[in-house]
Amino acid sequence: MLERHWTWHRVKEFLIEKCIYLSGVTSIVIVALIFIFLAKEGFALFKTVGVGEFLLGIKWYPISHPAQFGILPLIIGSLVVTIGATLIAVPIGVASAVYISEVASGKIKEVLKSGIEVLAAIPSVVLGFIGMMTLVPWVKAVFNLPTGLTAFSGALMLGFMAMPTIVSIAEDALNAVPKRYKEAALALGATRWQAIWRVVFPAASSGIVAAVMLGIGRVIGETMAVMMITGNAARIPTTIFEPVRTLTATIAAEMGETVRGSDHYSALFAIGIVLFIITFMINLIADIAVHHKAK
Amino acid sequence: MKKFFIFFVVTAIATLVWAGGNSIQIKGSDTMVNLGQAWAEAYMGKHSDALVAVTGGGSGTGIAALLNGTCDITETSRQMEKEEMEQAKTRGIHPQEFIVALDGLAVAVNPANPISHLTIPQIADIFTGKIKNWKELGGKDRPIVVLSREVNSGTHVYFKEHVLHHNDADKSAEFSPAALLMPSSQAIADEIAQNPNAIGYYGMGYVSKTQKAIAVAKDTAGPYYTPTMENVVSKQYYISRPLIFYTNGDPRGVVKDFIDFVFSPQGQEIVKDTDFVPVK
Repeated sequence: MLERHWTWHRVKEFLIEKCIYLSGVTSIVIVALIFIFLAKEGFALFKTVGVGEFLLGIKWYPISHPAQFGILPLIIGSLVVTIGATLIAVPIGVASAVYISEVASGKIKEVLKSGIEVLAAIPSVVLGFIGMMTLVPWVKAVFNLPTGLTAFSGALMLGFMAMPTIVSIAEDALNAVPKRYKEAALALGATRWQAIWRVVFPAASSGIVAAVMLGIGRVIGETMAVMMITGNAARIPTTIFEPVRTLTATIAAEMGETVRGSDHYSALFAIGIVLFIITFMINLIADIAVHHKAK
Repeated sequence: MKKFFIFFVVTAIATLVWAGGNSIQIKGSDTMVNLGQAWAEAYMGKHSDALVAVTGGGSGTGIAALLNGTCDITETSRQMEKEEMEQAKTRGIHPQEFIVALDGLAVAVNPANPISHLTIPQIADIFTGKIKNWKELGGKDRPIVVLSREVNSGTHVYFKEHVLHHNDADKSAEFSPAALLMPSSQAIADEIAQNPNAIGYYGMGYVSKTQKAIAVAKDTAGPYYTPTMENVVSKQYYISRPLIFYTNGDPRGVVKDFIDFVFSPQGQEIVKDTDFVPVK
């Protein structure tokens, strides 16, 4: 009786273990399948257009005769918007996470936390619309520009979209630091600032790096809001106050028109590959940073 | 009981939409979406058993749908290209063309802009980026902000072929890379309404009090014409184009009935009501 019970237990354990293993593997398989699909559709382009010509070409005229598929302005457009948004979102986001987690008390904390969650819940198309109606004319007037549809407007908007992600994850990381660290620092005579800056912050740094990277990931993948407010001009900008066209907006704007199997269609998938590689590298850097800090 | 009722309703709707021979799927040009919708509503008002669904996405999107066999009628604001025709042939699709209305493309600026007359070569130079400042045209010393539609728009293609290529023998002129590609005609109209530096083009139906339509001439000798219904009908306004229906083969049944309705006096009256120009 006892033995039978034991074997049933083992079978159950075996099954559960395999199920968990399977779900773990599934996500990797899905990522691999996505990459294979992208590669299959995208690499067809390189039969007619060289890789260098594609990545470093500065002219994007996909429907002309002959068509030109240079995506350097698009890559730069995406990078400018992403870097701009990161510079805005990271300092403000991390600082507000520190404030919410370490400084704010009781009611203020609750109000701020739910406020930021609400910000995270606003759909990007709504933010894009608000940005187009309010932010774009404002940027034009304040900086005296020919048009407010610029990389700067996009960066500002996306900075606000990335902030909730950064704040809530960084705040979790700070909360996860054992209370006794801070108490010990205070007991040793450190001021509150010293305890936060020298003890709690370094202890949570891997989580904060992860928060920042997820925020950047959100920004680079964002499509609708940037399409509405960055102007979509496929030219390399000389300042941040010029219109840019991003990789994501190009795919979204043009995919509907292409005929399956055409060069234009493959070129959009090749852009997808480039985006995939960029996000993969961001994740890799985040991973290395997290493990490096953990040592 | 409730579940059964929901099931019944869903099945009924599905039957109506899919199995019913009375449904028409129309897809294509964003310029024509409002017009198509107005026709569909009037038609469904007369035939309560018919179901006409109209969606946009751009002329290119509509033609792709025709080639993929996912719509009954494609609305386009440009004619099908040679390559698209060849693709249709290899897929066994025989596009049938119907010119259902005319549209004048307005070149519009902010009402605060002193410029009100331009020639086609001047407009071509603005949109290809050769003229960069309003000063060069006799306006204020301000940079020109060029607004265009995205490449999936029939309006984009038409404007390129008929205006940008106007004085360009080898047809290689392109929109300036600095041109802002806007997702819709409304987005162009909105930006022009609040930006005195901007210039853009869109169907004349979109011009309102917050924008000013430029009077256009073929060359400096004039005469200049504004995009009005009379000038489009008399072909005096240069930048006007046909709005087209494509079907696969000769239309039959309810699709034929719908197209007959479009050409009827009531259908052409609707064209006028939506600020386009009737063909009959």
